[in-house]
Amino acid sequence: MSEILKNIEEKFSEYFRESHSKLGEDTVLIKKEGILDVMVYLKNKENFNVLMDLTCVDYYGEEERFEVVYHLYNLKDKKRLRVKVRVDEENPEVESLCSLWRNANWFEREVWDMFGVRFKNHPNLKRILMYDEFEGHPLRKDYPIRKRQPRVGPLN
Amino acid sequence: MENEKVKKDMYLNMGPSHPAMHGIIRIMLELEGETVVNADVEIGYLHRAFEKSCENVLYNGVIPYTDRLNYVSPAINNFGYCMAVEKLLGVEIPERAKYIRTIISEISRIADHLTCVGASAMELGAFTAFLYFMQAREFMYELLDDVSGARVTVSYGRIGGVKADFPEGFEEKAEDYFKRTEKLLGEIEGLLTKNRIFYDRLRGVGIISQEDAISYGIMGPFLKSTGIAHDLRKAEPYFVYDRVDFFVPYGEYGDNYDRYLVRMEEMRQSIKICRQCFKQMEPGEVKSEIPPEYLPSYDMVEKAKKGKTEGLPLKEAELSPNLKGQEKFRKVNINVNDKKVTVPPKSSTYCTIEGLINHFKLNMSSYGVRPPEGEAYSAIEGANGELGFYVVSDGSGKPYRVRVHPPCFPIMAAFPKIIVGDMVADIIATFGSVNMIGGELDR
Repeated sequence: MSEILKNIEEKFSEYFRESHSKLGEDTVLIKKEGILDVMVYLKNKENFNVLMDLTCVDYYGEEERFEVVYHLYNLKDKKRLRVKVRVDEENPEVESLCSLWRNANWFEREVWDMFGVRFKNHPNLKRILMYDEFEGHPLRKDYPIRKRQPRVGPLN
Repeated sequence: MENEKVKKDMYLNMGPSHPAMHGIIRIMLELEGETVVNADVEIGYLHRAFEKSCENVLYNGVIPYTDRLNYVSPAINNFGYCMAVEKLLGVEIPERAKYIRTIISEISRIADHLTCVGASAMELGAFTAFLYFMQAREFMYELLDDVSGARVTVSYGRIGGVKADFPEGFEEKAEDYFKRTEKLLGEIEGLLTKNRIFYDRLRGVGIISQEDAISYGIMGPFLKSTGIAHDLRKAEPYFVYDRVDFFVPYGEYGDNYDRYLVRMEEMRQSIKICRQCFKQMEPGEVKSEIPPEYLPSYDMVEKAKKGKTEGLPLKEAELSPNLKGQEKFRKVNINVNDKKVTVPPKSSTYCTIEGLINHFKLNMSSYGVRPPEGEAYSAIEGANGELGFYVVSDGSGKPYRVRVHPPCFPIMAAFPKIIVGDMVADIIATFGSVNMIGGELDR
């Protein structure tokens, strides 16, 4: 087990769920309540200064349906880390990371647009790729690929 | 009273369909006189459900979709996706395939930079320079055409290798074109680099600071222009980038002019990389004692149908032009030797039952390549920055989730911040240097 995973497990034992380094990629799964604390620690203490990617995976049928995936990058030591949190379908809400990284704004908007996962304290959580009148979240597994929706023109 | 009227803010819509917008994108501007005081960007006009489509096709079926992400350097997208799946599968591609991928990536990168700089020069009025750029890009497209059969949507990557080996005489042709491209680049630099108008339009415009670039997660020429020489080809070498000698250019001020210089230098470095690869590459054909005997594909199939297969598997099928370069003796060098990943050569598909079944199994719906359960993120240096593919497999023949991290997405997120304080006319120059590609931004 790599050092960074050990550090997270020791420092945040109340949030830590599991970790692995399969295929050479350090991955840690934490409880969603701890996401902001862990990220602040990783950014400031472990030097993961770039939020490379933020996305979500829909594990349809599992108890905690959505998995929000953060890819962090350490520009100095060229290291990568994947942090994941699970959220359930009834209350899909995670703390927003806009206060830490500026690009989190658009990434989180995209995840909200595509999966319907909300981000608490996000300044401007609205759709980004789809239009505002679109109903549903297209990348959810229960959204049919052939479904059509009426095209809506500009409102004014 | 008069003054107040002048000071009143004006709102202006740039786009979605504007000739200077490279894709369809809407920029809402709040102006004070000609200065931008506030801006907002709206994207999504080119959204065509790339990620959703990927979840509904076989692993190999995703490759043509990746062409349409960054349609100026599609081969890099192909390789990025293939790398992620290869990581999941745990296979390593043959040496020659690594060299081929490196060369084709660099040729694509040159084409991408030529398009980006050429188009932005044209938008600033330098139409002559644009034509020089297009001539050089035509050379690159012709080289891509020679190896893949298509100019733009190449679909050249394959999981576990590449589609075809280089045709005969490719190295000489490439060297000839590289020389001519270098000459053209020299002429372009003569026209642009110290051109007073060009310099004044770009220097000190569209500035982004180092902290902002990192906070927005911007990579590629944008980050390099701010003074951080970060390049994945050096930082985490893939293919054969650790065996070639090249230099990562970086700027100082983070403005449009630095980005122009970085791109111009990167093209020269790419040519340098290609030359070294050609030198290091082993000859592609493994010489067999008996040179392969060719037989028309039709005859081969007819004979095999009648059961007259004696000696047939030793012969080589005459392939149609779009399949050239994947004969049996070439395929062993460019594709990984794994029946669960690589489609068999055509000659064994046509005349042996094992080859036919293997071919079927890899192409039948819900069969195909089946990586074990897991997730993999693989990053590759695209022309605009880090191009990442995050692939999740559930063990079936179709990817459970394919996520693309498009390089220009964070740049567009930062775009309002970059243009605030500049003039309206500067937006065109800045937007040109962003090299926004609608296909990968909106997916």
